[in-house]
Amino acid sequence: MLFALVMLPAVGALGAYALRGGTRGAVAYRTAWLVGVAALHVLLVADAWLDPPEPVLHGWLALDALGLVVLTTVSGLFAVVTVSALGYLRHENPRGGRAFTSCLLAFLASASLVSISHHLALLWVGMEATTLALAPLIFHRHNRRSLEAVWKYLVLSSVGIALALFGTFFLATAQADAGAAARPLVLEDLVAGASRLHPAWLKAAFVFLLAGYGTKLGLAPMHTWKPDTYGEAPALVGALMAGGLTSCAFLGLARATEVAMAAGQGPFVQPPLIAFGLSSLAVAAAFIIGQTDVKRLLAYSSVEHAGLLVLGLGLGGVGAYGSVLHLINNALVKGLLFLAVGNVVLATGTATAASLGGLLRGLPASGVLLLVGLFAVTGSPPFGPFVSEFTILRAAMGGGHLWIAAVMVTLLAVSFIGLAVMILDIVYRPAPANRDPPLRSGPESGWLVAGPVALGLGVLALGLVIPRPLQALLSLAASALGGAAP
Amino acid sequence: MTWTSPVAFATLLVVAPLLPGVATKTRALLTGRRGPPVLQLYWDVGKLLRKGLVYSTTTTWLFRLAPVVVVATALLAASVIPLDGRGALVSFTGDLVAFAYLLALGRFMLVLGGLDTGSSFEGMGASREVTFSSFTEPALFLCFAGLTLATRGLSLTGMLGSPLAAAWPAAAPSLAMIGVSLFLVLLAEASRVPVDDPATHLELTMIHEVIVLDHSGPDFALILYASALKLALFGALLVGVLVPRARLPGPAAIAVLALGLLVVAVLVGIVESSMARLRLSRVPQFLIAASVLASLAVILLLMT
Amino acid sequence: MQRAADSLLLLVILTNFLVLGTTRLSTCIRAVAWQGALLGLLSLALSSTWSVHAVGLAAGTVIVKAIALPRFLAWAIREASVRREVEPRVGFVASLLLGVLAVFVAAAIAERLPVRGAHPVLLLPASLASVIIGLQVLCTRAKAVTQVVGYLVLENGIFLFGLTLIDQVPFLLEVGVLLDIFVGVFIMGIVVFHINREFDSLDSARLTALKE
Repeated sequence: MLFALVMLPAVGALGAYALRGGTRGAVAYRTAWLVGVAALHVLLVADAWLDPPEPVLHGWLALDALGLVVLTTVSGLFAVVTVSALGYLRHENPRGGRAFTSCLLAFLASASLVSISHHLALLWVGMEATTLALAPLIFHRHNRRSLEAVWKYLVLSSVGIALALFGTFFLATAQADAGAAARPLVLEDLVAGASRLHPAWLKAAFVFLLAGYGTKLGLAPMHTWKPDTYGEAPALVGALMAGGLTSCAFLGLARATEVAMAAGQGPFVQPPLIAFGLSSLAVAAAFIIGQTDVKRLLAYSSVEHAGLLVLGLGLGGVGAYGSVLHLINNALVKGLLFLAVGNVVLATGTATAASLGGLLRGLPASGVLLLVGLFAVTGSPPFGPFVSEFTILRAAMGGGHLWIAAVMVTLLAVSFIGLAVMILDIVYRPAPANRDPPLRSGPESGWLVAGPVALGLGVLALGLVIPRPLQALLSLAASALGGAAP
Repeated sequence: MTWTSPVAFATLLVVAPLLPGVATKTRALLTGRRGPPVLQLYWDVGKLLRKGLVYSTTTTWLFRLAPVVVVATALLAASVIPLDGRGALVSFTGDLVAFAYLLALGRFMLVLGGLDTGSSFEGMGASREVTFSSFTEPALFLCFAGLTLATRGLSLTGMLGSPLAAAWPAAAPSLAMIGVSLFLVLLAEASRVPVDDPATHLELTMIHEVIVLDHSGPDFALILYASALKLALFGALLVGVLVPRARLPGPAAIAVLALGLLVVAVLVGIVESSMARLRLSRVPQFLIAASVLASLAVILLLMT
Repeated sequence: MQRAADSLLLLVILTNFLVLGTTRLSTCIRAVAWQGALLGLLSLALSSTWSVHAVGLAAGTVIVKAIALPRFLAWAIREASVRREVEPRVGFVASLLLGVLAVFVAAAIAERLPVRGAHPVLLLPASLASVIIGLQVLCTRAKAVTQVVGYLVLENGIFLFGLTLIDQVPFLLEVGVLLDIFVGVFIMGIVVFHINREFDSLDSARLTALKE
């Protein structure tokens, strides 16, 4: 069953690539295939909820609480994104969308591999596969700007992934003392034999894993690929990256933290995590102010939320619970925002704020969705991110680190101002009169709107009540990370 | 100090002028020419000793002193190297510094003599010579540092004598790198391709040749002999590092020295025939490569 | 075997310096090819028994790192009528000196991290030095192809360290890692090709349209 989670999208990717041609029929077939595979994947995940699968391959593949959270998030987000893809590919499908659909499915396959893999080297293989699967997607438009974006993305991500591999090797060396019976690099054995891990190697491993997976996560100062990439990639891809890739990278980092905490290296591990978290918040706040492009704005918001995730992880205690909850909220909210922005870009052909305007009148659905997304992403009640950010804040105050809480609140407020300025501007200010071509307006395709609406409702629901099974899962995940449920 | 040291010293003095001849002959043969006779430098020195001296009116006593100092420092530097593989004529702790500084003194006087003529020609050569030597000195000292680490001796006799033979098996890679680095330093100090072409007389490309342009007669003979001696000095250092002769009997050690010097000269000839002179801006890179090799050897020796 | 491994590791460090100091692009790529070949030989030298696993890994390494990838990179630059000179942002002399510093730092770090098992003393320093020098090449070179070369050197350093774990990380994963690296560089090469076509140059310093 665990195999199916990975093999289904992988086979789906091959199938989407197999059919050649760019005719409308071919495009329609491919999009139907995409939606079908995504739906099947969601069913598989639902089955995993009801009937937890056993570990396979000597424990290399297994589904624990944290993995299930990430898997569900990615699978759900992907399904919603494919619904939007139905509308997107109808409008914009260079070369028949062949590489587009197959790379999307390849991404789903590798993200599933990352969630279910308990062998840390296999997890690395999955992360590398996500990097490679996303590259053609970023390069979708084949123009100069996307070429530049994909180059920066490839170089930085590859270096990050290479450093993460180095860290994984260091971890295997740290485990060499743990005895012959232990399976090398398997999470359960790492945690069980944590006291026997060599401290110097473990610390070095954590440093490299933080640098490597942190680059994929987009923490400052390794975040420089994010604005260019999110700015040039199609909004669908941006949604998947901000929600899915971020979650996978966080999972990699969380596994490293799990092992380090179990080995008692908490005091060594927590300060860098907090430092990276706060610096990401600061850099994001600094660049959100004065931003001119909507998609780049969202990229910096993604940097901000990655910082929050890592900050919660570093604070420990209730912060770990808050981080895992925020993972879900972040994915939903970023998906909502990116899909809404995608609709705007599709309709107007530009993402520069100066050329946009009057969205409430011209594109009412997207305008409302943007407003909803603005309040959700900045952490206003009654939306989900409020709950998770508040939990992280509680962890900061409870641990006696009042200055961290103060800095966090200040930076979040600055980001809120920056985001609000731009989004309120493009939604309410009338469109520039002398625009050429004039802003396309009118009712929007149902397919394009259904997805974001669903995500918005999900975020609202999570803000109001967290279902009991989800709460249990989150508590399990938090305790594995050395924290506790509130 | 046994009888082998003075004999080896004398051998070096006699063999020195042969080496540039061998190098030039090798280069000529490899490039399809016949080349000048191998003993050419001996005839040149003899001819120049019989000629008269001409001094420019702008020169002072410095100009007259320069050739003498150059030869004297080269001879003194030769006395510090253990040429027979066991002991040098003169040895004391830290004589490797004396070696380097004697050569530097010789170069200093040579450059002063060149500047003394007041010609911009010589000044240009002088500035180039001094710049390049500022890159070779670190390389040389790093080589000495590596040898000190390998043999725990602080005198050239200690570094190139019997302790080196004992150190070779364990430290072979480092010593090989030090040997290559010394060869590169040799090419620079003896003004050979790829740093300076002894056959060129174009003003844009000369370095060593141009500084000594104004010397004549016996002065020039001394200068020629000194430059051959410098090539022999570094060749002897190289042979000392690569072929430890402490366990060989006296005559055999001296014979190996002479043979080794000839092999080095042939190697120089081969390098000269296969490479072109480097652009002047690239020469520092070349010399830094020598330093890099030597410092890698030092790091390697520090680790083991 | 130990002596051979030591000499091979020394040659690996020297090829790193060749990458740092050369002025010609084709020499850069050739140096990385030599490094790949050395790594293949090392994987044979370091394994205690020459099992099918070890020989297969060595063959795979040589094929991918020493033959396929350099050839592909050479194809990518041949298609470009690009100036074949490496254009570093930091001068060559400074690059070489930084390289020596990298080796020194690597040796110093290797002192603190004891490697278990009978491995040559130079293994961890050579691996760390390659990683640091690879990062240095990535940061200080302007041309896109030399950045890929820097990435390859970085990967070689990591692979070198991975050789100590031959017994622990099984074949499947090594194949997976090798494959990932191959595909990664392959995609990079394609992008370089496109960069050349779009921008008429391989100078990634020209990729400045996207800002802030």
